[in-house]
Amino acid sequence: MAETLVRSVPSIPHTPPELERKPLVLNQRPFGWLSDHIAGVAEGKTPRWWWIAFVPSFTLMVVCFSCITYLMTTGVGVWGLMVPVAWAWDITNFVFWIGIGHAGTLISAILFLLRQRWRTSINRAAEAMTIFAVICAGIFPLIHIGRIWLGWWLLPLPNANSIWPQFRSPLLWDVFAVSTYFTVSLLFWYMGLIPDLATMRDRAKTRIRQFLYGLGSLGWTGSNRHWSNYEKAYLLLAGLSTPLVLSVHSIVSFDFAVSQVPGWHTTIFPPYFVAGAIFSGFGMVLSLMIPLRTLCHLEEVITTRHIDLMCKVIMATGSIVGYAYAMEFFIAWYGGNPYELYAFKNRAFGPYWWAYWTMVTCNVISPQLFWSKWARMTPWFVFIVSIIVNIGMWFERFVIIVTSLHRDYMPSNWAYFIPTWVDIWTFIGTFGLFLTLFLLFMRFLPMIAISEVKGVTPQADPHHPLGGAKAHH
Amino acid sequence: MAETTVKYGLMAQFDTTADTLHAAALVRDAGYRRWDVFTPFPVHGMDEAMGLPSSKVGWFTFCGGATGFTIGMLMIWWMNAYDYPIVVGGKPLFSPIYSFPVAYELTILLGAFGSLFGMLFLNRLPRLYNPLFRSARFSLVTHDKFFVVVEATDPRFSDTETRQLLERAGARHIEEVRD
Repeated sequence: MAETLVRSVPSIPHTPPELERKPLVLNQRPFGWLSDHIAGVAEGKTPRWWWIAFVPSFTLMVVCFSCITYLMTTGVGVWGLMVPVAWAWDITNFVFWIGIGHAGTLISAILFLLRQRWRTSINRAAEAMTIFAVICAGIFPLIHIGRIWLGWWLLPLPNANSIWPQFRSPLLWDVFAVSTYFTVSLLFWYMGLIPDLATMRDRAKTRIRQFLYGLGSLGWTGSNRHWSNYEKAYLLLAGLSTPLVLSVHSIVSFDFAVSQVPGWHTTIFPPYFVAGAIFSGFGMVLSLMIPLRTLCHLEEVITTRHIDLMCKVIMATGSIVGYAYAMEFFIAWYGGNPYELYAFKNRAFGPYWWAYWTMVTCNVISPQLFWSKWARMTPWFVFIVSIIVNIGMWFERFVIIVTSLHRDYMPSNWAYFIPTWVDIWTFIGTFGLFLTLFLLFMRFLPMIAISEVKGVTPQADPHHPLGGAKAHH
Repeated sequence: MAETTVKYGLMAQFDTTADTLHAAALVRDAGYRRWDVFTPFPVHGMDEAMGLPSSKVGWFTFCGGATGFTIGMLMIWWMNAYDYPIVVGGKPLFSPIYSFPVAYELTILLGAFGSLFGMLFLNRLPRLYNPLFRSARFSLVTHDKFFVVVEATDPRFSDTETRQLLERAGARHIEEVRD
């Protein structure tokens, strides 16, 4: 048996041209070119565009933390929320940011299990995006509790009153879901980084870089005995992250669906939230990757085919979201509950009609543009649509939260929520935090998984002529 | 200085994945036990070519996940139904339904810890010192070259025969690594 393996390895049948795989890296670039160009982004002199992006991002981050400091020292009265709209701007932002993260895990875990080899060019940056988006998301519920110094009451630690957290509450499920999501995303991301940190270590020109990357790479040598365990662990982490990512936004939707509020109490929420999260997350991946592939000269690794495939995911999930909007209305009518029907009529034609129709335009109509191949293959156009998708998904959360709350059962409790400048600048500031973290990431760590991209090139395949295999005669 | 170092093994460099796979199968068939292949990315089929058994990481994942689920369920029962029971809306003090989301998340959390730390444990990492790092050429292993290393402590190791085997396998360069 061993003999046959040795003899059969170098010879391969000829592949007919129609069955050839489309290359994932253009121009048949060799392994060395990939490490030089990807690792090169995090080496050498800092380009000017990086500073042009970093300084405003950092300033916005300072604005965010200043607003939070003002909130903490003054009180939640500086925000526009009130009764009945007690969950307003901040919870909208929380759901928005946590949804953004979902594309990263979808790319890193679900596309891995589905053997979508094109994911390798974008998974590292998308996972980083996940981690930074979850950091931005985590800020909002924490500052929403008002007395932020009591935030540790959310954890199952014995507190001063000897009372434990109430595990019947979906809000507590959320604490566990979001913190698990953050931790597992970080572990998955770090594990993927280990071989690439070893590449950075071996390329390091200075002692300090060699030491720091060496520490991070844990002494990785590329041993196949190690790769064997590594690949199994990677597969298992992908298998764990897949149910995790589906559960996180399902649990976020339970925050609403488990309540009795008309407009929230619907069983469609978990799948509808997950589809919306992936939809918005891919929008953010595209918003980040389209400028970066040009600025970092990585068009041969993140090709228009990658953009095309991501646009198709946006179109599919956008259609699911559109279907969910329609189904919510149908059930509101068909269910025969007058409060539910009122909530939905009010959503589309009430005081917040402008938010509802912004959401529909951005989320239902704009992804349908991707039926056109030209639209999917034109980066600047995709970039614009990806921004529109993100605006739409922010409005979706705003519509769900604010329109369902602002008409309470008693008309004397009705109100109209308007954000204050603190609300607005805290949210804009989180983009500063997000971009600051992302820019630091791409400046110091390889933003594309070098070893994974090498692994999907034709020359990596020992049964391919470019991998050194000899063809049948 | 040279007197204080000991021989670690022979390191052979290859340029393509097919050559490396072929060489690995030859070394395996020659009956070596203390040897390894070093590649910039996992090469498909290399585990079979080296004759490696299936990885045991899954057991660590399973133990982590099972621990997470058990801890989650026990913690919720103990906190909400035993240590400080509070009746809310006439609902039962404990139910596997309401406690499921948290136990589920803890299953995944500890399963993920099991996978990563199990992998690191099986690979004996972190290990920041490695005799192979003494070879300047070996730094190409994370770039574009492939290496087969046979350790001197292998019972079948012989300076001439092992070198001949690696040469026959088509090595582009062979050097001795000293520790």
